[in-house]
Amino acid sequence: MPGANDDDETLIDLQQELRSSHVQEVLERLDHELVGLVPVKTRIRETAALLLVDRLRKKLEIASETPTLHMSFTGNPGTGKTTVAQRMAEILHRLEYSRTGHLVSVTRDDLVGQYIGHTAPKTKEVIKKAMGGVLFIDEAYYLYRPENERDYGQESIEILLQVMENNREDLVVILAGYKDRMDVFFRSNPGIRSRVAHHIDFPDYTPDELFAIARLMLDELNYRFSAEAEDAFREYIRIRMTLPHFANARSIRNALDRARLRQANRLFAAAGALTKADLITIEAQEILASRVFIEGQRDLEGNAGAAGRASGAPD
Amino acid sequence: MSMRITQGTFSFLPDLSDEQITHQLKYCIDNDWAVNVEYTDDPHPRNTYWEMWGLPMFDLKDPAGILYEVNQCRKAFGNHYIRVSAFDASSGVESLRLSFIVNRPAEEPGFRLDRTDTAGRNVRYSLHTYSADKPSGERYS
Repeated sequence: MPGANDDDETLIDLQQELRSSHVQEVLERLDHELVGLVPVKTRIRETAALLLVDRLRKKLEIASETPTLHMSFTGNPGTGKTTVAQRMAEILHRLEYSRTGHLVSVTRDDLVGQYIGHTAPKTKEVIKKAMGGVLFIDEAYYLYRPENERDYGQESIEILLQVMENNREDLVVILAGYKDRMDVFFRSNPGIRSRVAHHIDFPDYTPDELFAIARLMLDELNYRFSAEAEDAFREYIRIRMTLPHFANARSIRNALDRARLRQANRLFAAAGALTKADLITIEAQEILASRVFIEGQRDLEGNAGAAGRASGAPD
Repeated sequence: MSMRITQGTFSFLPDLSDEQITHQLKYCIDNDWAVNVEYTDDPHPRNTYWEMWGLPMFDLKDPAGILYEVNQCRKAFGNHYIRVSAFDASSGVESLRLSFIVNRPAEEPGFRLDRTDTAGRNVRYSLHTYSADKPSGERYS
């Protein structure tokens, strides 16, 4: 059949398609705004490539089903799962796999009701709000509580399963949580596991990456470290990573917030005329005043330190 | 002979397809109207308040969520009248902006005109729904 042969030879410009979808911009922004996370970025690039090729196939009317896009993001707190989910929603929107590209972020509380008959409408309400975009379920493993067989979480999971299967073109579900607990969750809910096609693991940041993140955050806030403060902050990161309740980038953000507070206090106490440089510079003393240095010291000396205390994270 | 009920917007057109319904719903969402799904088995024109299917839907971003509810309602009341109404709250009250039928029974027997003689050879007219002779729930089965 000569006609079919001609068809096979039709030239497709993949680059042109890439440009017209504007996905490249999102990917570049992802590279630029997110420090580290190399395996995550690679996976997202791969996913975007797959979707782009799939879209081309659809244009040439090669039959293929809508790919399953549900994902699971696993990793420790503060490794950027929510941020990446937002970018993912944008990528899916540009590739026309999601009509609105909005992200609805929920936890167990938003899905599971408190009495019989409360869960189904609540879950459906959330699902309806997320339709056309992405539903991001943070700490999804809380939905399943094996120790309580009358827990309503199971009902919520069943509704989700149904929608994940039947409304695949309307909704993309991203489940997020700690790696080990998500593994248990998937093991005990094989239905969910089989419907989630992409598992992306978020690695912890290295000290250098955390420092780069701190620089980026300060830049956005129009602050900067003095040279001594930079050294102090590197030291801060080193000690903070060994202490409990370490939450990667979130801990860094908290530390910077405290430093800004102390900086403002110092400026007030000095009560003299200020220059613009004073207003935007964070000095070493603001970093060194942190409780982390004292607690880290105590740990090194072999005392109980922060680990034994019930109070929150030292910042 | 069946009589096609014409109530609400688009009712003189052929029944809307799901795709056309989706476009109308998108228009409602883009205007920030709250959308409600209602059903009834008494299509009398003076029957203003139909049964509500769930709560009105606020803050949706995409019509798929409403169409989902319409389909759920069709599943439960496939042989009833189902309409979608959109309310605009911008004036301080929920005022109806758009209402159209999205589902109707296979057989629509229609209405009969009743004439009643009253004092002084006056005549009073009333509309009688044939289907309303049966108890609610059995009218269109």
